[in-house]
Amino acid sequence: MSQKLLLSAKEVHIILHRLACQLIENHTHFKDTVLVGIQPRGTYLADRITQILKDDYKVKDIQLGYLDITFYRDDFRRGEKPLAANSTQINCVIEDKRVVFIDDVLYTGRSIRAALTAIQSFGRPTSVELLTLIDRRFSRHLPIQPNYRGRQVDAINKEQVKVHWKENEGEDAIYLINN
Amino acid sequence: MSELSVDHLLGIKYLNTADINLIFETADQFKEVINRPIKKVPSLRDITIANLFFENSTRTRLSFELAEKRLSADVINFSAASSSVKKGETLIDTVNNILAMKVDVVVMRHPNPGAGVFLSKHVNASIVNAGDGAHEHPTQALLDSYSIRERLGEVAGKKVVIVGDILHSRVALSNIFALKKQGAEVKVCGPKTLIPKYIESLGVGVETDLKKALQWCDVANMLRVQNERMEISYFPTTREYTQQYGVNKKLLDSLDKEIVIMHPGPINRGVEITSDVADAEQAIILDQVENGVAIRMAVLYLLASKIKQ
Repeated sequence: MSQKLLLSAKEVHIILHRLACQLIENHTHFKDTVLVGIQPRGTYLADRITQILKDDYKVKDIQLGYLDITFYRDDFRRGEKPLAANSTQINCVIEDKRVVFIDDVLYTGRSIRAALTAIQSFGRPTSVELLTLIDRRFSRHLPIQPNYRGRQVDAINKEQVKVHWKENEGEDAIYLINN
Repeated sequence: MSELSVDHLLGIKYLNTADINLIFETADQFKEVINRPIKKVPSLRDITIANLFFENSTRTRLSFELAEKRLSADVINFSAASSSVKKGETLIDTVNNILAMKVDVVVMRHPNPGAGVFLSKHVNASIVNAGDGAHEHPTQALLDSYSIRERLGEVAGKKVVIVGDILHSRVALSNIFALKKQGAEVKVCGPKTLIPKYIESLGVGVETDLKKALQWCDVANMLRVQNERMEISYFPTTREYTQQYGVNKKLLDSLDKEIVIMHPGPINRGVEITSDVADAEQAIILDQVENGVAIRMAVLYLLASKIKQ
């Protein structure tokens, strides 16, 4: 197994601020916006973006939730390992809101397909957008594209993109792992 | 660990502690699901479940059926009263005929102890025991422990007394297994005639004085007197039973602490507990019913995930 550094802490920092600014451009006061981190790994990114919006750009009252998509996945009973569920925390009404899904890596698009089904259990949003830190081009199984992307990566299928967060892995960094 | 060690849920005694924890953690997520505006997930949309009830049930059957429908499974219901069982068909033949219609999971209640184990050895489907005679009722014990965990934070180290008809109760036996596996202390309390002789070999204490038992415990699980299973008289009169083993508000107020009151239903109001106790804040009887759906969703989801395509 070998790993290559794709993005350093400084580069991640710059990208997170750019993504936050792009969100402000489109959502201004975030009055009707709900940011939704996709469990399990999208929640770290959602927390970071929310923190930057609050601390650095003084956006007040951001609505943030976490969505678990385990029960909506299309590979139930197909994999070797069973799927373990994470918690969903959506404490606001989604009806007529502008939802932004936030996930760390966009790969096949199947997680986002599941998230689109799952979010409907909480109401009918006006629109759903997708923000992703890493967009793995050319590996999509479904016609799903991000509205906000941190960095595009061309990785072959057996390679893995791993996002490390300071609060979980002790550093902000993105690695390309070759198994 | 995210997989059950068993392919069927036949009884608590076949589960290990990790299985119980996995079921509870999965039920936590389903409890959130059943409180959403749309209370349904598509996980089991390619699974067919047969509910076979060879004995009467309202609550358990409805709870299982609701859990199955919330998971998007296809459901068929069968009750012995309106079936060919009356015409002399054997259990294996009945079930194999149903399985020939491509059923993946069988939920079964049967008056004979061990019916689930017997079936699991002879048919090719995942079996969930919804009560077999006076033997086990595993989903009830799981939802009882889950409700204790929800109210008191954890089950380990808690003192639980099971009051009433222990002899005829599958709920008591499954609860004893479940509570002991999770590290709770268990006592049973009731008339000596309704406490089986072997009970202490399960690591359970016996107390015949209700007040002492309540003073000792954190949780009291009140069982119904199962008159339908009694061929002889085990106590003189219902009135005398109520006087000695019925819980009323006055008795609870005389304790120097507040204990949690549970009941698996159906309640005989005024016999094992009075109405004011059943409706009190410290009674979690309706929480048990709500948790029953989440627990059954978790059990069915985890068992179905082991059926490979």
